[in-house]
Amino acid sequence: MATGTEPHPNSGGVHTGTRAAIDANHLRTDRWWLAPAVTAAGLLAFIVYSTWRAFADTNYYSAPYVSPFYSPCLADRCATMHSGPNADLFGSWWGISPAIIILIFPLGFRLTCYYYRKAYYRGFWASPPACAVAEPHKKYSGETRFPLILQNVHRYFFYAALLVAGTLTYDTVLTFRDENHHWGHMGLGTLVFLANIVLIWAYTLSCHSCRHIVGGKLKHFSKHPVRYKAWKFVGKLNNRHMQLAWASLISVALADFYVYLVASGAFDDPRFF
Amino acid sequence: MSVVDRQDWDVVVVGAGGAGLRAAIEARERGARTAVICKSLFGKAHTVMAEGGIAAAMGNVNSGDNWEVHFRDTMRGGKFLNQWRMAELHANEAPDRVWELETWGALFDRTKDGRISQRNFGGHEYPRLAHVGDRTGLELIRTLQQKIVSLQQEDFRETGDYESRLKVFQECTVTRVLKDGDKVSGVFGYERESGRFFVLEAPAVVIATGGIGKSFKVTSNSWEYTGDGHALALLAGAPLLNMEFVQFHPTGMVWPPSVKGILVTESVRGDGGVLRNSEGKRFMFDYIPDVFKEKYAQSEEEGDRWYEDPDHNRRPPELLPRDEVARAINSEVKAGRGSPHGGVFLDVSTRMPAEVIRRRLPSMYHQFKELADVDITAEAMEVGPTCHYVMGGIAVESDTAAARGVPGLFAAGEVAGGMHGSNRLGGNSLSDLLVFGRRAGWHAAEYAAGLTDTRPPVDEDQIDTAAAEALRPFSAEGPAPGADDGRPPENPYTLHQELQQAMNDLVGIIRREGEMERALEKLADLRVRARRAGVEGHRQFNPGWHLSLDLRNMLLVSECVARAALERTESRGGHTREDHPAMDRKWRNVNLLCALTDPTGGLLATDPVSGQITLTREITEPIRADLLALFEKEELVKYLAEEELYE
Amino acid sequence: MSSYEAAFKVWRGDIKGGGLEDFKIEVNDGEVVLDIIHRIQATQAPDLAVRWNCKAGKCGSCSAEINGRPRLMCMTRMSVFTRDETITVTPLRAFPVIRDLVTDVGFNYQKAREVPSFVPPADLGPGEYRMFQEDVDRSQEFRKCIECFLCQDTCHVVRDHEENKTAFAGPRFLMRVAELDMHPLDAAESTGLDRKATAQEEHGLGYCNITKCCSEVCPEGIHITDNALIPLKERAVDRKYDPLVWLGSKIRRRPTEG
Repeated sequence: MATGTEPHPNSGGVHTGTRAAIDANHLRTDRWWLAPAVTAAGLLAFIVYSTWRAFADTNYYSAPYVSPFYSPCLADRCATMHSGPNADLFGSWWGISPAIIILIFPLGFRLTCYYYRKAYYRGFWASPPACAVAEPHKKYSGETRFPLILQNVHRYFFYAALLVAGTLTYDTVLTFRDENHHWGHMGLGTLVFLANIVLIWAYTLSCHSCRHIVGGKLKHFSKHPVRYKAWKFVGKLNNRHMQLAWASLISVALADFYVYLVASGAFDDPRFF
Repeated sequence: MSVVDRQDWDVVVVGAGGAGLRAAIEARERGARTAVICKSLFGKAHTVMAEGGIAAAMGNVNSGDNWEVHFRDTMRGGKFLNQWRMAELHANEAPDRVWELETWGALFDRTKDGRISQRNFGGHEYPRLAHVGDRTGLELIRTLQQKIVSLQQEDFRETGDYESRLKVFQECTVTRVLKDGDKVSGVFGYERESGRFFVLEAPAVVIATGGIGKSFKVTSNSWEYTGDGHALALLAGAPLLNMEFVQFHPTGMVWPPSVKGILVTESVRGDGGVLRNSEGKRFMFDYIPDVFKEKYAQSEEEGDRWYEDPDHNRRPPELLPRDEVARAINSEVKAGRGSPHGGVFLDVSTRMPAEVIRRRLPSMYHQFKELADVDITAEAMEVGPTCHYVMGGIAVESDTAAARGVPGLFAAGEVAGGMHGSNRLGGNSLSDLLVFGRRAGWHAAEYAAGLTDTRPPVDEDQIDTAAAEALRPFSAEGPAPGADDGRPPENPYTLHQELQQAMNDLVGIIRREGEMERALEKLADLRVRARRAGVEGHRQFNPGWHLSLDLRNMLLVSECVARAALERTESRGGHTREDHPAMDRKWRNVNLLCALTDPTGGLLATDPVSGQITLTREITEPIRADLLALFEKEELVKYLAEEELYE
Repeated sequence: MSSYEAAFKVWRGDIKGGGLEDFKIEVNDGEVVLDIIHRIQATQAPDLAVRWNCKAGKCGSCSAEINGRPRLMCMTRMSVFTRDETITVTPLRAFPVIRDLVTDVGFNYQKAREVPSFVPPADLGPGEYRMFQEDVDRSQEFRKCIECFLCQDTCHVVRDHEENKTAFAGPRFLMRVAELDMHPLDAAESTGLDRKATAQEEHGLGYCNITKCCSEVCPEGIHITDNALIPLKERAVDRKYDPLVWLGSKIRRRPTEG
């Protein structure tokens, strides 16, 4: 009859003694590893790129474009941007790239984002690598303890992300000025910035915390018709949270890369008017 | 001699569907220590399959509705054969039973002003069905399940034990009701998981096991519907009532074979779906019976207008009562105008935009998409009649749900007979479960409380006999000594298939005298062979063994259906005789009662011709005058015999 | 109609041990995995233990793992596999096995008992409940749950860590907490029961790392993670990590949320 009828050792997880005796950690026959591998590769690529650019401290401004990595720019060493997002809050003691100051916030927002959490828990931490595929860890306490309990601060990063998105919106408006700060300009960069800011807002507003704050926390939608509408709208965006997370991640990198190309002189911003 | 686990309870409920759980809640709330026994896991009972809703005259959508209207509709639907007192209680109490569910956490769909929304359904004069999309049964079972959990939490706070006063024995099967003299003393059963036997001693037993559909090949019922409760009652000496009335739902899936019989909800037709034969004709216009001629559209144009303007047009004939539509489909298929897989076409794709179909019929859309790979927004469904519900059942007292003739035995839900007469209206089953589930639990608790000092003892011999009966499949006869291949044990699965085929072909939707006689012969043959049904393996979760034991019940119940159907020489509701096609007023007040021929409850070799069942006729109690006064005289004339009218 | 012979591997055994057993078995057009299991039972292994009921995806009994993925056998069409593919069917691997494809799902019933029930409002009698559709929509989605326990099976918190079973209620029952917390008339707060806080303190919400396998396997398509677990986490944040709320609760008793 059955093959391999010897009882298996009690080694935890799916190999716990009371469970069906199956040696394999999983029996999936599809390419379950593909999704976490692609996720990990994509995130890794962004990390490498953004680290380089954040620490580079050069080629982040070419009027009227400022790299979203460097906006708002909060140190004395920032490039002067005519009525741009300068605010010398940190003074001259800040010795390294000013991007580091501000990137904390979007980074924190994305790091604690419910989608990215799923992505890196699966892609980097293999917890779990895929559904019904045994994870390699002996112990698991999830987000019950330090440091992962800090994931609960997501909504505060959301508030900060709103401010950042506001600043980037301002930057996008400024791209309608030309390099001499006169209004009535539009270049290819303007389009890149427009696309980026739309995606940034869509991603920011599609956030689960946002959905909760605008209406999800209510018990009776019927008593709050406006917030109910807002909740439904955010809910629609929220359905696309993953797609928006990736699209805005790529768009923000592209916007930065575009500024880099223009600022470094490698590319000349084509001008429509 | 048998060493079996024994426990003491006040009330034992067999079955954990809507009726069983409602009975258990009631008994426990009235102070009885209550045990519930179910064949499946807790919360999986067949009640989850109910789609349409719970009929209750709350009048939330049309304030003209009240219990009298509901009573009238129910009696008409049942062709006046209903146990009228049950229909009265049912119509009267259903709204309270629905509202009570809300206080236990149920969330029905709402009207604009925040009350429970109600929908139209076949045979109901007003929008009356409280519903949750098309998963009302699931909501019902989950609410009752969670109410039980909440009572257990209460007990836990008081006694430290969740199960001190209300316990669910999951995946257990009861094979015998035990008796002391004529009184109930407990039940005998086995745990499916381990195969261990157990006895629950209790003076009151509520049977709530549902129906018998698994005796038919094409059925919307699940494996549990093997007529266990019907058989338990018979074996305990209680009679079954009007078992010939079996409802065939007109629209079940016919393809693929694996899902044949699964229900296609009536709402498909209610929302505009039309039936066509292989020639593309809307054949239902040819099948409007004379009594309904004035009430149904005579042309496709008028029928189509009805959906928009029901006040000035008559409804299309696709919305005739279930029995009429089922018979029409059957005739079309027999005449060679069926669909490729032996049904007819039910089409919504040409009637509504795809978006509307997906919104109004979400679960049908998914059911066909996932199970048949058919996109109902683009092509027609193939449908045919499927065995759906048994109106007949254990004969009970209307007010107390007590089974007749066996003190301590109660029955509620589909397993109880009488309430629906010869044909059940959609939506009336869920309300039936609640109304009579509660009454059964109430009176069982009361009966048990009255016997605190003088509980009927359990007879050891009965336990031994029950244990021996349950073990027989393991020692089925092999080849006779010296014979090479004579008389091997029978495969229970094969026997079951043959039974289903026989009932489907010979006692199905259209019945003929000769075929039913053949069915009785076939049943006699199967009965003999079933005694040799043998199984391999051991007692631990062994489905072959379980089926061998269920076969006894299916054979008993099937014989009741066949015998009663042969006896009733008329057509009424869920009983259609080709040789007696008309309804006969003389049969209006006749109940057919099935009882075991051998009243000791033994099932030893019985004569294949006379079988195990004896039929008796009984004249029903006249309908109370004030209830009769709810109807117009012209209508009553169609149903009641002359002498009944002038009494 | 065409039929072919498929290769199946079905796990057979019990708590003492077992293994995958090979079957060659006929498959016809339109069949689902449960049909094949039944055919094996009727023709080759009459004592093959399997749980099933409605066969229409409505009762949630026939949960198993097919080619390593938690699924309902009755809703897995054979046509999703190629004809030369060997199909492996095993019992759920997060729960103790009883026999063959049948597991002991008692864990789930125990967890169900640990979630405090609906608390009816004291001032409303039967028939007096008024609720609006937009207020019941959210909880109704969760009440579509057929309790197949596939989410409980696939959730790595307990699947890969037996020891977490005591502390973690699992997606199905955290969703039940969310359902009750979103119920427009649940009066738990009036009895001093804070479902938002107990979700985290007593039912182990913090163990969930929102990797969404529960949503992936749900045969009812319920958005367990997005609509139940994450909103519940946010509600727990309201109670436990929101400084304004914390301050407010120190100053005055927080009024019931609108």
